[in-house]
Amino acid sequence: MRVTRYDPDRDSAPTVATYEVPLRKDWAILDGLNYVKDHVDTSLSYRWSCRMGICGSCGMNVDGEPKLTCATFLSDYAPGPVKVEPLSNFPIVRDLIVDIDDFMEKLPRVKPWIVRDDVTVIDGEYIQTPEELAEYKQFSNCINCMLCYAACPIYGLEPDFIGPAAIALAERYDLDTRDRGQRERLDVLIEKEGVWGCTFVGECTRVCPKHVDPAGAIQRYKLKAAQENVMAFLLPRAAR
Amino acid sequence: MSEGAAAAHDVLLVGGGAAGLRAAIAIAETNPSLSVAVVSKVYPMRSHTVSAEGGAAGVIAADDTLEAHAYDTVSGSDWLCDQDAVEAFVEEAPRELLQLEHWGCPWSRQPNGRIAVRAFGGMKNMRTWFAADKTGFHMLHTLFQTSLKYSDVTRYDEWFVARLLVDDGRVHGVVAIELRTGRIQAITAKSVVLCNGGSGKVFPFTTNANICTGDGMALAYRTGAPLKDMEFIQYHPTGLPFTGILITEAARAEGGWLLNKDGYRYLQDYDLGKPEPTPVLRSMELGPRDRLSQAFVHEVEKGRTIESPYGPIVHLDLRHLGEKLIETKLPMVRELCMQYERIDPVKELIPVRPVVHYMMGGVHTDINGATPIEGLFAAGETACVTINGANRLGSNSLPECLVFGARAGKAAAEYATSAPQPPSIVMHQVDEEVRRIDQLRSADRGTERIADIRESMQSTMEDSAGIFRSGDSLSKGVDQLADLQQRLGHVQLSDETTVFNTELVAALELENMLDIAETILQSALQREESRGAHQRTDFTTRDDERFLNHALVYRDSDGSARIERLPVTITRWPPGERIYGR
Repeated sequence: MRVTRYDPDRDSAPTVATYEVPLRKDWAILDGLNYVKDHVDTSLSYRWSCRMGICGSCGMNVDGEPKLTCATFLSDYAPGPVKVEPLSNFPIVRDLIVDIDDFMEKLPRVKPWIVRDDVTVIDGEYIQTPEELAEYKQFSNCINCMLCYAACPIYGLEPDFIGPAAIALAERYDLDTRDRGQRERLDVLIEKEGVWGCTFVGECTRVCPKHVDPAGAIQRYKLKAAQENVMAFLLPRAAR
Repeated sequence: MSEGAAAAHDVLLVGGGAAGLRAAIAIAETNPSLSVAVVSKVYPMRSHTVSAEGGAAGVIAADDTLEAHAYDTVSGSDWLCDQDAVEAFVEEAPRELLQLEHWGCPWSRQPNGRIAVRAFGGMKNMRTWFAADKTGFHMLHTLFQTSLKYSDVTRYDEWFVARLLVDDGRVHGVVAIELRTGRIQAITAKSVVLCNGGSGKVFPFTTNANICTGDGMALAYRTGAPLKDMEFIQYHPTGLPFTGILITEAARAEGGWLLNKDGYRYLQDYDLGKPEPTPVLRSMELGPRDRLSQAFVHEVEKGRTIESPYGPIVHLDLRHLGEKLIETKLPMVRELCMQYERIDPVKELIPVRPVVHYMMGGVHTDINGATPIEGLFAAGETACVTINGANRLGSNSLPECLVFGARAGKAAAEYATSAPQPPSIVMHQVDEEVRRIDQLRSADRGTERIADIRESMQSTMEDSAGIFRSGDSLSKGVDQLADLQQRLGHVQLSDETTVFNTELVAALELENMLDIAETILQSALQREESRGAHQRTDFTTRDDERFLNHALVYRDSDGSARIERLPVTITRWPPGERIYGR
């Protein structure tokens, strides 16, 4: 495994270290990294937790592709070497750990919660049919792993771009029949760092490990935003 | 390096999973003038709540009653739960789950748009709400995203809490390492709620994530708060071999069968009922987890399990459920099997075996999450109220986090409104902690590797406190742990970097785990009976006369564990026989 190392206390730039790990049929890239950390170089640092592809911690670039290292297997890269680098488009903190503050700051901007004005709490659940649930379900499966940001060439060039996962989560709430926040989210996403940054490359959807379609969400949003622009042009004095 | 207090808050929540986030929202909603903060060693979306799959129980069906849910929980606990806590829990659970629905949780629905419920182990009625088979994931993200509404809730993401600040029997905040920079600082608070989850990583084979290292329990224990019921470790009957990844109980609730090497539904041999083609509540594959895991061990002894490269396994058969049902109700199960076992459960048998999953024990609290230490509260898996007693029913733990997260949050907030300011004297403890951690980080001339000590601890725990234990195995384990504590004193850390030093974190987590491991073994040694998940081969029956009580384990000043006993609270259900399948 050819693994990026970077110690900000000591290094002026990242380097690459080469480690030999056993090739076991059941081992993921993450198992390889754990082997290195436990037995070869205990200073190697990376994030991981659930090792079952649901917590979103362990995203890294594997042979140049953003992947969840717990769900990517050594045997697919045999006999190696396989390159393991920190996720692209994020500043490197240490070794394979990147700074995701940018996403954490952008996410709340799209108001990813049920926006509803009613003060009265209804008795019982909101009625939502399985068909209505199916409308937004896939967007709700985002694990915030950031692979889509790593894959997005626009995010790499335009760091202000609000990005695929944030927009997909905005769409998740827009499509949820319980929500009334479409206008507020549109106001955020209609800005130039909102949906208009996207040129529909589609890499985000391709790399998503949970089959979320951020590219689709963004294109739908562009339609909403365009309609909004047209309305504003045709009826400039109408209340928004 | 120490820089004094990073900040001061009124209430500090340690841990950002279901319990911690629920507590934060509860405080933000009921006491918005209080300053609330959530400190977590990982970003909240990474908390282990995220891995929960099957569902969350709450009475909602017209033909279900609170009493029935309570009785299932009480009998499931083998009568070791505190019934007043259970009664409060079953009453509040539906309200909490409904609140989550209003916050956007994508609960699965009936065709008419109402909440759908499914069967679950040990439950007489269908009352388990579910969001496909990713219930914990959806609950956690709903809570996290909802918490973002409250911009007044401060978050300390990726800060590792190393100790509690305590003076004169009262907690005044924490000392934590900001992992990004390595800075060690105090965050003072008038009350602290520990929501750090469980400690499955003391065992070698667990559904738990890497982060489940009992930090909250260890913090409380070292501060003088007692831990309770530590001997009760839940083995979930169906984990994948090698990884230990959880295959949810929902797979059995939807109709899956457990088969031994002869293709025989072996649970029928263990007083769990007779096999029917479709699931029968509280019977066979829907029996309680402790009994199912014990049945596995008996099958191994009889030579009826299948040998795999990772030890004995049995098979979970979902083939008769059909692809449509599996894709709708168990999609993540299918994905996990295809990814990690390279099998498709629609057509093939899933290899499974019991795997450590949940700790019934934890920090002793009252029904509002308060520990005996002033200003210190706990909720979720870290706490032991207890509603789970000797064995937890599946789908009770997610609502437990909500009910007691909210209760503990509100109690901690109430306490904070009249608590004194932290005295400046506690800042000495920050200096002490900085010295201790700096010393640990520069331990480059030790002889022991963290990974080696950890692996030895894990195999000690498996051998001495597995599904079946004996006085012998437990005593041996106690000696081995003492040896490991010694070895930890000689641990070698090669990473001296201050920035994101995960080796240092691993060393601190290992310290926590060794303390927790000892409390488990000592409590198990003292419980000379078999009850629920604690099965002694040398004391094979339940002994209500001597042991209808909890073990409270305290840390004495010399570091040794001292056990006291606390009676169980009985309200409506006098001890009876646990009957499943008949």
